[in-house]
Amino acid sequence: MEYRLQTPLSEKDIMRLRSGDLVYLSGTVYSARDTAHKRLVEALGNGESVPFDLKGAVIYYMGPTPTPPEYVIGSAGPTTSYRMDTYTPKLLELGLKATIGKGNRSSEVIESMKKHKSVYFGATGGAGALLSRCIKSAKVIAYDDLGAEAIRKLEVKEMPLLVINDAYGDELYAKIKQ
Amino acid sequence: MKEIPASKIVSKISEALIKANLYLPDDVLAAIDNAEKVEESPASLEVFHQLKENAVLAAKTRLPLCQDTGLAVFFVEIGEDCRVVGGNLCDSINEAVRKGYQDGYLRKSVCNPLTRKNTNDNTPAIIHIDMVSGSDLKICFMCKGGGAENMSSVAMLSPADGWDGIKKHVLNRVIEAGSNPCPPIILGIGIGGSFDLAPILAKKALLRKLDDTHHDSEISKMEKELLDEVNKLGIGAMGLGGNTTCLGVKINIAPCHIASLPLAVNFQCHSSRHGEVVF
Repeated sequence: MEYRLQTPLSEKDIMRLRSGDLVYLSGTVYSARDTAHKRLVEALGNGESVPFDLKGAVIYYMGPTPTPPEYVIGSAGPTTSYRMDTYTPKLLELGLKATIGKGNRSSEVIESMKKHKSVYFGATGGAGALLSRCIKSAKVIAYDDLGAEAIRKLEVKEMPLLVINDAYGDELYAKIKQ
Repeated sequence: MKEIPASKIVSKISEALIKANLYLPDDVLAAIDNAEKVEESPASLEVFHQLKENAVLAAKTRLPLCQDTGLAVFFVEIGEDCRVVGGNLCDSINEAVRKGYQDGYLRKSVCNPLTRKNTNDNTPAIIHIDMVSGSDLKICFMCKGGGAENMSSVAMLSPADGWDGIKKHVLNRVIEAGSNPCPPIILGIGIGGSFDLAPILAKKALLRKLDDTHHDSEISKMEKELLDEVNKLGIGAMGLGGNTTCLGVKINIAPCHIASLPLAVNFQCHSSRHGEVVF
């Protein structure tokens, strides 16, 4: 199936999606990767607030190249997701509805996505110039000192994504033939 | 004694680093074209389509092919009858990285391993230097992304494991890596040497053209055999299923201790960004 979805995502949006579906996502998406995740989860552990509302939110695992003049962002493809697995269940528990990256997720994250009704989208790795075109604006909203790893508020338009893991526990990645 | 100005190294290498991040090599594009002809999985075919479109866009917009513009790894061959003047070789290479990553709007992806604090200029580069005869200075480099590099491994096999053991280890690594290293991948395999040499052999193997043939016909046969077995795993482009998990297997061997069989597997993503400049 093919869907056009607008963020923030609702539980109803999520429950329609099955692994293998193609989604064109529009709206606000937050970029965050390794160190930003560490800081987010540390802040939550200290009872502090985080820099954006997690309810219905979508996180894109991405650290762009520097923005050349006349562009809104540089090359902007997904990074490998498993490195964020340690932190993801906590964020899903607080309302995060989808993550965007590439590569396999841990069984803990897959279980947590079922429990908290969330999905994992895959974007094509190594297609940073192409994906950059879907990003209409970008603004650093936290952890500026991290450079490429800072959290950015992105406005995306019709970003092409595949549902890899759905909220029913199904996965799109190929079963390996051995 | 040929004299090579350090400033020339800085300007030529910085330009080459930028170029490598904007233009997908012809051999990779040709390998994707060939894969398209035999691939049956619609998901893999769609990935190939996107990668080709991405390559056209990167060249046109000058936005890098991938946001991970990599850690710069250099293999230098310096002739005994040449020398660098007006600065030293390693400083010049690092200055080229600093300049190229700044001028080319490339991402600075190098940090302290413990504090994770970014060095903010993508240095230090990793530099391997060999002394050779002659008066040329040859500088090869790759802009090595983290996703594929993270899937790499070194193993000290037993001599009794032999070729079957080597294949088993490589296939297991590819299975474990799954969709993480951005398949279709290229595999650099280092066999022999020592614990430290095997991964260098593996990485150097990745500098070879995808469509070349190993000069040793036995090793060439092994490369083909391993490539076929990897592609039978069905992982496919980006892990979405298909016949094309790997675009090429490149093996590099060196003699080793009678008690050892060192093996290194270096993963390269499809965006195999590398270059070569001869002074």
